Amino acid sequence: MTVTPLGIPRRVLELTIDGEEARVPEGSTILDACRAAGKDIPTLCEGDTLRPKNACRVCVVEVEGARTLVPACSRKAEPGMEVRTDTERARHSRKIVLELLASSVDLSTTPRVAEWLKEYEAKPDRFGPDAARLNEEPKIDNDLYVRDYDKCILCYKCVDACGDQWQNTFAISVAGRGFDARIAVEHDAPLTDSACVYCGNCIEVCPTGALSFKSEFDMRAAGTWDESRQTETTTVCAYCGVGCNLTLHVQDNEIVKVTSPHDNPVTHGNLCIKGRFGYQHVQNRG
Amino acid sequence: MDLHFGDSKPTDDERAAVDALLGPPESSWEGADRSDADLRWARGGREARDRRDLLLPGLHAINDRVGWISDGALDYLCRRLTVPPAEAYGVATFYAMFSVKPRPATVLHVCTDLACAAAGAPELCSGIEERLGPGSGVAVERSPCLGLCERAPAALAIRAGDPVRTAVSAPATVEEAVLAASAPDSAPEEPPAALAVPQAGQDGLMLLPRVGVVDPASLDDYRAHGGYTALRRAFELGPAGVIREVTDSGLAGRGGAAFPTGRKWQATASQPDHPHYLVCNADESEPGTFKDRVLMEGDPYALVEAMTIAGYATGAHKGYLYLRGEYPRSLHRLEHAIAQARARGLLGDDVLGQGHAFDIEIRRGAGAYICGEETALFNSIEGYRGEPRSKPPFPVEKGLFGKPTVENNVETLVNVLPILTMGAPAYAAIGTGRSTGPKLFCVSGSVERPGVYELPFGATLGDLLTLAGVRDGLRAVLLGGAAGGFVRADELDIPLTFEGTREAGTTLGSGVVMAFDDSVPLPRLLLRIAEFFRDESCGQCVPCRVGTVRQEEALHRIVERTGTDAAGDIALLREVGRAMRDASICGLGQTAWNAVESAIDRLGAYE
Repeated sequence: MTVTPLGIPRRVLELTIDGEEARVPEGSTILDACRAAGKDIPTLCEGDTLRPKNACRVCVVEVEGARTLVPACSRKAEPGMEVRTDTERARHSRKIVLELLASSVDLSTTPRVAEWLKEYEAKPDRFGPDAARLNEEPKIDNDLYVRDYDKCILCYKCVDACGDQWQNTFAISVAGRGFDARIAVEHDAPLTDSACVYCGNCIEVCPTGALSFKSEFDMRAAGTWDESRQTETTTVCAYCGVGCNLTLHVQDNEIVKVTSPHDNPVTHGNLCIKGRFGYQHVQNRG
Repeated sequence: MDLHFGDSKPTDDERAAVDALLGPPESSWEGADRSDADLRWARGGREARDRRDLLLPGLHAINDRVGWISDGALDYLCRRLTVPPAEAYGVATFYAMFSVKPRPATVLHVCTDLACAAAGAPELCSGIEERLGPGSGVAVERSPCLGLCERAPAALAIRAGDPVRTAVSAPATVEEAVLAASAPDSAPEEPPAALAVPQAGQDGLMLLPRVGVVDPASLDDYRAHGGYTALRRAFELGPAGVIREVTDSGLAGRGGAAFPTGRKWQATASQPDHPHYLVCNADESEPGTFKDRVLMEGDPYALVEAMTIAGYATGAHKGYLYLRGEYPRSLHRLEHAIAQARARGLLGDDVLGQGHAFDIEIRRGAGAYICGEETALFNSIEGYRGEPRSKPPFPVEKGLFGKPTVENNVETLVNVLPILTMGAPAYAAIGTGRSTGPKLFCVSGSVERPGVYELPFGATLGDLLTLAGVRDGLRAVLLGGAAGGFVRADELDIPLTFEGTREAGTTLGSGVVMAFDDSVPLPRLLLRIAEFFRDESCGQCVPCRVGTVRQEEALHRIVERTGTDAAGDIALLREVGRAMRDASICGLGQTAWNAVESAIDRLGAYE
């Protein structure tokens, strides 16, 4: 029997989205309301298992009476709010944000970004060939995962997952300021000298592929990574009695990556080093 | 919290600097050597973590003593405060005045910002760098505005040690700046703050009556010149009465946003959550602004008294004074003033015997313009990176340490004194309908008598510039600093009020009035403003983090271009600027394009 937790009953509030009436439970964000109404608003730093950071500003919408645009991911819906998701003003900011990111960061492994660039007619090249980029080399300092900060949009999700929202390890933080800000461990040391416990929960939430399994990184480098040939099998971790769910990504009969379902009521997509990286014995065919 | 620390050890100096702030460690859990006793008990939990707000003072202690923050020093501080080293590293690298790499004990900050650039900072800088090359024992750093615009060009030398020494050279020559850096102790004394107030000693001043008249170190002198009559009046009125007076006076915030002070106080005072906090925003970093420095240096007790009144009215027993890191003299004057007030029962458990407890703690910034944003300032005090929070919730509801907080600028608070002594109706009668009272203006640039001027709201830009002795050949005036806007030389009839500047399509901001004659190349000025925003963006949101970089790049491309050659980049600037204004989290990104836009549209730059 599956028990679905119902939680405390919440009042319903009414607002309008693009001129249409919408009803959402109290406490919902504008993004929740928009998604419920079938609006496809791009998001990057928003994470289903994390508190909204609203750093990327790609989800901005217009709210009647607000001086500036409003991040849909974090602003709570209010009764009577008039939200407009597709105005020229909101689309302009989304387009510029996408251009600013695409002109400075390697978004080649960010899901859906190519589609959004097209939809918003973004032209990242117009900042010229000399436009500053992050220009980071991948940090390969351990056998489990790679930090390729050339792909980092500084969404803070890894920091939040490593910190007080999930893992409480606090191995990483944003260091530096402005365009020079980077995710780093203390003293910008290698991961092996840090507090990292290799739970990989940062990889789980990374929206751009800046953090990836070493296996994925190597296969991409070799040109053998092919998601169309991969299957995903969700199973239960065999290491201890907690019963975390694992999703094994298998290509050519080899496990190439392990994720965890975000809707699992116990783990919310989080694992430990054993569940995340300890799968070699499965493939040991003697 | 299961923290991981590396093997780096602090030097004796570093350990001593931290221990001087925090006291010696009580156990190995806090960084002392391990003893058998430590195996029997553990200390940690909330009590240990609750001292996170001492992280920034701790970083200052190390930097002041040694000049930079080593791995071992940072780790030791983290052990003492139960702070994860990665987070502390993120905080240490956030501030421009800290270095996590070795550097000479003496750092000479040479201002290259607007007023100083117009007064020859580039030549000064290269002259200094020639004399103080590698091996000289001095690191020369090009700095954003040091708040010494009336004496441009300016330089500030900081020599680490016990105690840390500072010397200001302004107006600086190569010779004097090098002397200040190589021998800060024997550098000539800074001129008194009153020299920055051309009106000093005149009758009728309401905000600056004591600057240059009283001894800023003497509490008796302050009291002999009307000090502490406002606080007595406040106790007569009661908290609600004080808020009513402030509301009726029409006082609006002087830090730039012009929010009605009475409403802010009322909203904080009525919050059921406790404790309430008062924060004085003295992180005066807007290029061209130095009024708060002059107030704090020339009349420090006025701020102490005003903060006490604000604390009393809003139900706060603790006031934090967040002071700009580049203001050493303000720091000394205020430390002295607070200690004197405490010794005389004007701060403490029972202020003036009226049963109200209130005390003030100074927290120093460390070189981050963004920390003048109210919520970034909270994060900075709390020991986190000075990144703005998203609003709502607003500070009156959830501010410092998540508690109801009223945050006011120095000048705003000092206005409360005349409001209480003369009464709200008399105060409200000054100025115009919607901008009441007196206002301080920071006049610098192409004028004979730069400095802080106090004028009632309603005076025009022309009145002010005439008073300051504007020089011939005026090309443009920058109002409100880097986040403000330019106006033309033929727009001097703009009334200097909140509504008057708004109607004229510009802003009063924090009261910066910077005059430029036609000898200053406008594109260079705009480029400096863009560099400023690029350097000072905290990096949290994309529009500002990358947008300020793209803005600077475009302005760089067109620095020598005009007309159709510049048109493409100007169109690009407009598009990026619009998104920065619409989609940035805080005021920094939202205003980063203002000055450039006004220069293009009003002054016809690049035509």
